[in-house]
Amino acid sequence: MSNQSREFDVSSLREESPAEFERYEFREPPRYVFAADRREFVGALGAGLVILVSPQGAQAQREGRQARREERLADRLHVGVDGVVTVFTSKVEVGQGARTQITQAAAEELRLPMEQIRLVMADTASCPDDGGTAGSRTTPSTIPRVRNACAAARARLVEFAAAKLHAETSEVQYDGGAFSVPSGAATTLGDLAADRKLIEALQAPPAADVEIRSVDSWQVLGAPAPKVGAVAIVTGRHRYPSDVQVQGMVYGKVLRPASYGATLKDADLAPAKAMDGVTAVRDGNFVGCTAPTSWRAAQAVEAIAATATWDRPPHLHSDRLYEHLQNTAKAEGGGRRGEGRQWGDWQAALAAARKRLQSTYRVAYIQHAPMEPRAAVAQWQDGRLTVWTGTQQPARVHSELQNAFRLEATDVRVIVPDTGGGFGGKHTGEAAVEAARLAKAAGKPTSLRWTREEEFTWAYFRPAGVIEIDAALDESGRLTAWDVTNINSGGSAIDSPYQSASGRTRVLAADAPLRQGSYRALASTANNFAREAAMDELAELANVDPLDFRLAHLGPGRLRDVLVAATDRFDWRSRRAAGRSAGVACGTEKGSFVAACVEAAVVNNTIRVTSICQAYECGAIQNPKNLLSQVQGCIMMGLGGALREEIRFADGQIVNPSFSSYQVPRMDDLPDLDVVLLNRQDLPSVGAGETPIIAVAPALAGAVFAATGKRRRSLPLQI
Amino acid sequence: MASTFTIRVNGRQHAVVTDADRPLLDVLREDLGLTGTKFGCGEGACRACTVILDGQATQSCITTMATAADAEIETIEGLASGDQLHPVQQAFIDQSGMQCGYCVPGQIMSATALLREDPHATREKIIDAMTGNLCRCCNYGNILAAVEQAAARE
Repeated sequence: MSNQSREFDVSSLREESPAEFERYEFREPPRYVFAADRREFVGALGAGLVILVSPQGAQAQREGRQARREERLADRLHVGVDGVVTVFTSKVEVGQGARTQITQAAAEELRLPMEQIRLVMADTASCPDDGGTAGSRTTPSTIPRVRNACAAARARLVEFAAAKLHAETSEVQYDGGAFSVPSGAATTLGDLAADRKLIEALQAPPAADVEIRSVDSWQVLGAPAPKVGAVAIVTGRHRYPSDVQVQGMVYGKVLRPASYGATLKDADLAPAKAMDGVTAVRDGNFVGCTAPTSWRAAQAVEAIAATATWDRPPHLHSDRLYEHLQNTAKAEGGGRRGEGRQWGDWQAALAAARKRLQSTYRVAYIQHAPMEPRAAVAQWQDGRLTVWTGTQQPARVHSELQNAFRLEATDVRVIVPDTGGGFGGKHTGEAAVEAARLAKAAGKPTSLRWTREEEFTWAYFRPAGVIEIDAALDESGRLTAWDVTNINSGGSAIDSPYQSASGRTRVLAADAPLRQGSYRALASTANNFAREAAMDELAELANVDPLDFRLAHLGPGRLRDVLVAATDRFDWRSRRAAGRSAGVACGTEKGSFVAACVEAAVVNNTIRVTSICQAYECGAIQNPKNLLSQVQGCIMMGLGGALREEIRFADGQIVNPSFSSYQVPRMDDLPDLDVVLLNRQDLPSVGAGETPIIAVAPALAGAVFAATGKRRRSLPLQI
Repeated sequence: MASTFTIRVNGRQHAVVTDADRPLLDVLREDLGLTGTKFGCGEGACRACTVILDGQATQSCITTMATAADAEIETIEGLASGDQLHPVQQAFIDQSGMQCGYCVPGQIMSATALLREDPHATREKIIDAMTGNLCRCCNYGNILAAVEQAAARE
């Protein structure tokens, strides 16, 4: 144990999430508005209540608004007397490998083996707020921040050791937690940690000129480090949010509306309350039960549901989805980047086209369907709330809880154990709020885990979209106009990387029938699909090979490099010459570059993907093992949306809210997978958990066209 | 409606007083605290809840206590011998057969049941046996490699 104390006001370190979300990212009101109890009501009015703010806390809050490098080293890391360094971050681990790579980063700069780093993630009571886990930001933002802090700490530790060993700082040799000086004197990290003065040495923020290890000297980063925590996973010991169990805990279940938009008219709680050990609560439109088992809690809610009456508003049928989106498209306000952009005289160029393509592409609503549904365990102690939950946004869930229960920031703690999948689907705190409300009613810690049907119905969806492309070719087969409009699905990657003398991009909002939110790679899958599919059609109009048509419109650079790498490895020209059904696509998003080649067959009206070759480049590779796994996972996940996944709905209900009716990729979908990773050690590392998903669908569409002679312009691809 | 059921889990006998139609999964997790077995769908369609019941890979979310009574059940917690991992567990680590890892206990139990029946299962047989186990991280290539590693060793 260490003598260093760790205390600070977590709210002091909050920062606005970077502007990485789409328009459709939530601006919705809270799902539940809970009645205030008397004490809270008085508090809200401020009558007769003195609110004490400690000067220290106020000061900390002001400091928290300042630049990140003002953070104290002691808030980022803690040196233990056992020589283990504990590093803190608000990032979460949802399978993308953040825990392993941040551990590598800390080990690199502290010159320690990874085993001597302990990473505490996503505990709002102890972790500085690095923002949520989204937008592929961990690699470009958090890892540099952690490296800077660890490098600065290393420098401070060396200074501290020098003083202790009566030597000059420059004389200290340090590696692997051991310090020595020419006199032969030596000390260790653990010894330094036993000195109370160390905490003072770590108070100051890292200096701006901290030296971090350059890529060509990396020892730990860049290596294929195995996943941290793997043994706990394969033995079943790791406790995911839904596995957390605390003393005296009961299980909760919430009554769901009969359909989208339904409001509860009446419900009888008596049949539930009559059950042994059951607590039932209604608070506004919130109705739920707790019981000693989740089985009994579900029965109790079913008993209430049998008595419930609802007002059910009409709701769109998914058969009319795309016409609805087109009919309700609004003139503005669709994209995070505003109105889109225009260059050149695109109208004149379209009018003067030698050949013109006007095509409409569609992408369906799909869902993340992480293996672990939303789950939370909530515990109240003396008016303070602790919630363990699976979310990518602990600070946001902290705010949701604070607002829902009218609590001081310091009275809410959110802890996110490494979670069973996210994919952009866990940015919200529904389960946390529900578990906390039930725990309050039961007076006991409460565990709540959504069913698969709840997850498919009441979580949120990757937005469906309609993308209209109008493009012109001149007599030499060059693009002269590129006009693209995305309705409803967002603006990521809507900017085409291909040269065109004129063009326009527009992102339009529409009346969305379902709750929409983030997804792995956001809208870039949709926009990339439409653009690359259109490029194939334009290549055909120009009577040019799809690869040559792309190369003719791409300058030198990283995108061209991955396109050449993928097609060379795939042997594109030989396969095409042999008449095999192959497609190609490429794209860029969030600073990384991807190209995919796909070969497929259509047998009995079913697409069979036989091989995929994908090249990917994201700057300097920090962990090739994890990167390969992410790229392969993205390819396979992308196949799901390309082949089969589509949320259907009718009468305000999801028609296919189960794994038996909503078909995600399985092992027997696995084609021959060939991944080429380009390691650009001269370039900064960027995140790789999203962009490798965007090229597979259009490449597959190209292969299906080659196999059938017919264009498919919708995802999933319909045969 | 509650009755007493006897189940043997990882070699230990338990008497559980509960409803006959309550899923085995819930009893393992909530009554016995064995949370290594995961809930994924509740309809036997994802196999995150796979245990080995009387030698067969079984979806515990659709197995009632009435069915499980008197059975010999193995869960992920019972696979390793102390610190010595089972070869299938080791293979999942060696081949990076996990991203979030939530499906992994079910994957390992399915693979273990398969390899006990057919220690050198072919690739086709592995895919046939494992394709019911969903992985939403879609890490299928590495999972296949892990089971193939274990198939060659056992």
